[in-house]
Amino acid sequence: MSKPLQYIGQGLFYALFFGVIGYFSTLPKYTHLPADETLIKLSFKHAGQHAGECRERTPEEMAKLPVYQRKGGTTVCPRGRSDVVVELELDGKRLYHEILRPTGVAHSSNANIYRRIPVKAGTHILKARLKDHPGEDYNYVHEETVNLAPGRIMVIDFKSELGGFIFKNKNTTQG
Amino acid sequence: MTTSSHTKSFSHKMLLRIEGILNKIFGNDLNPFYYLGALGFYLFWIVVVSGAYIYAFYKTGIELSYPSVESLTHDQPYLGGIMRSLHRYASDALVVVMVLHLLREFILGRYSGARWFTWISGIPLIWLIYVAGTNGYWMVWDTLAQYSTVSAMEWFDWLPIFSEPMAQGFVSQEVLNDRFFSLISFAHVTIPLIILFFLWVHIMRISYPVVNPRRGLALGMLLAMLVLALVMPALSQGPVDMGIEPRNIGIDWFYLFIYPLLDIWSAGQVWALVIGITLLLGVLPWLPTRSKPIPIAEVSLKNCNGCRRCVADCPYEAVVTRLRTDSLHFQEEAVVIADRCVSCGICVGACPSSTPFRSDAGYVSGIEMPSMPMAGLRAAMKGELAKLQGNARVMVFGCDNAADIGKLRSAGVAVMSLPCTAMLPPSFIEYALHERQVDGVFITGCRENDCYHRMGGLWTTQRLAREREPRLRGRIERERERIRMFWASSADFKELSRELESFRASLKKLPQ
Repeated sequence: MSKPLQYIGQGLFYALFFGVIGYFSTLPKYTHLPADETLIKLSFKHAGQHAGECRERTPEEMAKLPVYQRKGGTTVCPRGRSDVVVELELDGKRLYHEILRPTGVAHSSNANIYRRIPVKAGTHILKARLKDHPGEDYNYVHEETVNLAPGRIMVIDFKSELGGFIFKNKNTTQG
Repeated sequence: MTTSSHTKSFSHKMLLRIEGILNKIFGNDLNPFYYLGALGFYLFWIVVVSGAYIYAFYKTGIELSYPSVESLTHDQPYLGGIMRSLHRYASDALVVVMVLHLLREFILGRYSGARWFTWISGIPLIWLIYVAGTNGYWMVWDTLAQYSTVSAMEWFDWLPIFSEPMAQGFVSQEVLNDRFFSLISFAHVTIPLIILFFLWVHIMRISYPVVNPRRGLALGMLLAMLVLALVMPALSQGPVDMGIEPRNIGIDWFYLFIYPLLDIWSAGQVWALVIGITLLLGVLPWLPTRSKPIPIAEVSLKNCNGCRRCVADCPYEAVVTRLRTDSLHFQEEAVVIADRCVSCGICVGACPSSTPFRSDAGYVSGIEMPSMPMAGLRAAMKGELAKLQGNARVMVFGCDNAADIGKLRSAGVAVMSLPCTAMLPPSFIEYALHERQVDGVFITGCRENDCYHRMGGLWTTQRLAREREPRLRGRIERERERIRMFWASSADFKELSRELESFRASLKKLPQ
């Protein structure tokens, strides 16, 4: 092959090689979330209530304890914690249900959740329920009418000290 | 000798065809496919240098990172912008040459046997390069970074090793932490250092590693990358808003292809894919192959004077010397490291005692291939030469990994195929031409600059040009026209036949 042809060939090779690199470095664009969808992120950590009943130590039991352990008081509770059950309902239909096991070897620590739940954008009645004790009833319930704009991320947090569920980043109408 | 099974495969034929086209365009000296590993090193250094410049202007923090990269890109487009583009495109090109390098070595069958170490040490490099590249995209902290960071955290959270989901730290702007940026900035410096360490490990067991591409190729790559940087500068994709999910994202498909997969498959399935690929690459060297292993080289101490020529010529660091263990009055002796030897026989071709001008009694070289000892090679050659008839009788020496020279055999042409052409000591050429046993010697092997055993073609050329020991003896210089070298792969058989015919025609014109 003659030199000029070789140079043309080399130019074409480099153009093809770096053309492919340039193109695939940003294209084709990826549609991660359809235009009519929005995202609910359920994300919180919460320690459930103790798995069994707490009881009072007898004076005899207290007397047997080393002095420094008596400072903790007379109440003694089982170490393990209850599962945390969380449920979401969207417009009356169950959207999500999960039983969260407490973490830790003795299941004595927080139950954690992070879930990404895509839903259709628009106005919805969103109900969140949580149960953190061995009984049957949901002891935290929160319902709101939320207006979810396309592409927005609504975060559902839970803080028992603030009363339970917190819906963040919503264009909301109080239900 | 039989041609290795891999040479017959479709993928090998395709590779040879592509490389043949590139040889025409670039010449064998600059063929990019012959420098894929070296190009990897070269691109890595471009990434390091451009990255060091960017790092000087990069600010670490939730509110600082994005503006600092934007400022670098737009306030000094003549240098900062170019450096950023070079950083991105060299990183992308690195992935491409890395994958091509892996595929090429696989197709050529260079992953099993003694080559396992180089193959296995390349696997961590793949994932380290991916981690460094992904980490780099996070540092920009634009919507692409937001998408890939959150997706990566969600993917990693599938592993049952974290007490709390890492993705919780990215659900909103308020929970984001500056320490994340300190961590990724630290990682983006540390991981390339680990890559550099593994690159060193990767080439530990090969002699004369080619870590720099030829100047012409390096220049061509750099110029082309600069043009791309000017035409299509690397840009950010808008600042992060943790309250909005990135939707239409310009993804770098070379590094971030795994995240769209997470929208189709579960995190567990994507992990299975990644771990599966890693395991498959990891066990590949030990999977059964159709090619039979050839016994490795053996040192014959009685005939070894510790001259170190075999040490110098071994392409795999498989021959070393140690202090003499016998009573002979030489200082050192050669030792073959069994798990590094690929049985190419190049060491045999380098040994001065391989000369066939020795008496029959006890003709053993200082280092021998048990499957093809020198005495046997000489006897086989003599047998081949005795059968030759007519004018322009030619002895062809070839290589098992190149064109199948068996098909060249005729009444006037004898052939001998070796594991590598460089297994042939130059003295065999002299021996064949000695007393006109043949009219000419024709030497062939893998394409120029593409020796299956790395250095065989070069060593043969240098030995015959009297530039390397063992040299072709001076007196044979007068008969130079009776020796011809022609490099041909299994895809170049027609050209090889034509060259042999041309050689034989030229021999007929020489005085008999």
